[in-house]
Amino acid sequence: MENNNQKFIWREYQKEIADDHFFYVRSCIRQAFFPGSETFFLSFMRNQLGKDVFEDARHTTCTGIGFHGDVVPHETIMTVVARHFALMTEAGYRHVAISCVTSFGIYSEILETWKHFPEIEEKIHQKLILATGRDFNKPDTIAHTSDIIYKFRNEVAAKMKYPLINLNTGEPLKVVEHIGCHYSKMFPQYGVGGAEFPQVLAGMIKAWGGEVVDYPERRHCCGFGFRQYLVQANRGYSAANSKKKFDSMQSYEPDFILCNCPGCTMFMDKWQYTIAELEDTVYGKEGLGIPVLTYEELAGLVLGYDPWDLGLQMHQIPVETLLDKLGINYDPEKKFITQKGENIGTPLIPQHYNIGLKTAGTHSGCC
Amino acid sequence: MATFGFSILKDRQIDYDNNDHRLFRFIEEQEPSIRLCIGCGGCTAGCTAAGFTGFNYRKLNYLLMRGETEHLQKGIQQCMLCGKCKLVCPRGVNTRNMIFALKRAFKTPLWEELQKKINV
Repeated sequence: MENNNQKFIWREYQKEIADDHFFYVRSCIRQAFFPGSETFFLSFMRNQLGKDVFEDARHTTCTGIGFHGDVVPHETIMTVVARHFALMTEAGYRHVAISCVTSFGIYSEILETWKHFPEIEEKIHQKLILATGRDFNKPDTIAHTSDIIYKFRNEVAAKMKYPLINLNTGEPLKVVEHIGCHYSKMFPQYGVGGAEFPQVLAGMIKAWGGEVVDYPERRHCCGFGFRQYLVQANRGYSAANSKKKFDSMQSYEPDFILCNCPGCTMFMDKWQYTIAELEDTVYGKEGLGIPVLTYEELAGLVLGYDPWDLGLQMHQIPVETLLDKLGINYDPEKKFITQKGENIGTPLIPQHYNIGLKTAGTHSGCC
Repeated sequence: MATFGFSILKDRQIDYDNNDHRLFRFIEEQEPSIRLCIGCGGCTAGCTAAGFTGFNYRKLNYLLMRGETEHLQKGIQQCMLCGKCKLVCPRGVNTRNMIFALKRAFKTPLWEELQKKINV
């Protein structure tokens, strides 16, 4: 009886993730700051799993940041998303794969709005037809791309070259997983495991040999918060939220942080630099920051992709310590050299990360 | 140090694990009735000083019990020691003696140590 009840409860936390034929929508932030992530996703899905993933060059921003920043009205964002659905309909797809958690939240919110207020959906149909001459069908399923990697986590594990094991100690790597708030806190039914027990990243970590760190502020916001960040004077609120998380996780000595949201990846990565500059506090061992990865970058690493092809040189916190723990070979000289042989420039790194600098083979000293 | 046009705001979470409760224990030894406080606020409602200044006895009591000692010394200076708070307290807390005990505490090495910790 108890078992049946448990099964019934867990049914609410499951989510339908399509198996093939995805209409892919990119993320504004990830294309700029973590460009290797989306490239890996497309390469992995198409070339390694043989899936059909279609993307349309006419796809635009969802305007989610403007919406949450109070500069884009609700009707406008609904019409923009409706246009994305129109492109999907025209291309003959029924499943959307969304790269960004902000966009994922926006798509979820709009579909829920239309479900409860069909008259608004009808209004948006009319607006889109009027503006672009297009009409649309709603998708059968929406999945965040972390859902899709989660679905195929065992396929990744089967081809894994570098499991999440510390080469020096033989112990599983300790990983902090951070789920974007807009992934499942707004509409729990759209996330794997709902808002209380999101499994999407924890499932990957466990499948690939790592150990998930359960720390007190695990479900706290990363601090992005849109309004908190967009106005410079308010950024102290944003950094204070990240600091609260770092303070909470520090004693568990995590080897790295794994995120599924572009904003979280960016702020968990870059606020460590800011906190180091403003307060002389560094959260990793031996004066280093804690590396922050996206789930695609992690999947790429365990599969044996070159770290610089995955775009890990774009991170504020050097990742070399993590690569050393995993036993991944890399060429420090090629870190900031493009495939065309051009030097993209060395980022300004505070002296707190001096050990990382030695590994990276770049200059020392504070910016 | 770099300037970013903002500073990181201090966390206002009350951390019972990390807060220093030595001052509360010092007062508690001298005036055990402080433990009986239920936070009804009768003391503050009847307080003459509270009518003219920002003095708030209940707030001081809370700060002391939570181990948040930073604003205690300035706050207590506004008390006129009239003792009305003691008269209205439904739990019989000797509030006036608590104020005296706190004033004595400010002259101890413990207070100096706490001040140094706050300033750090």
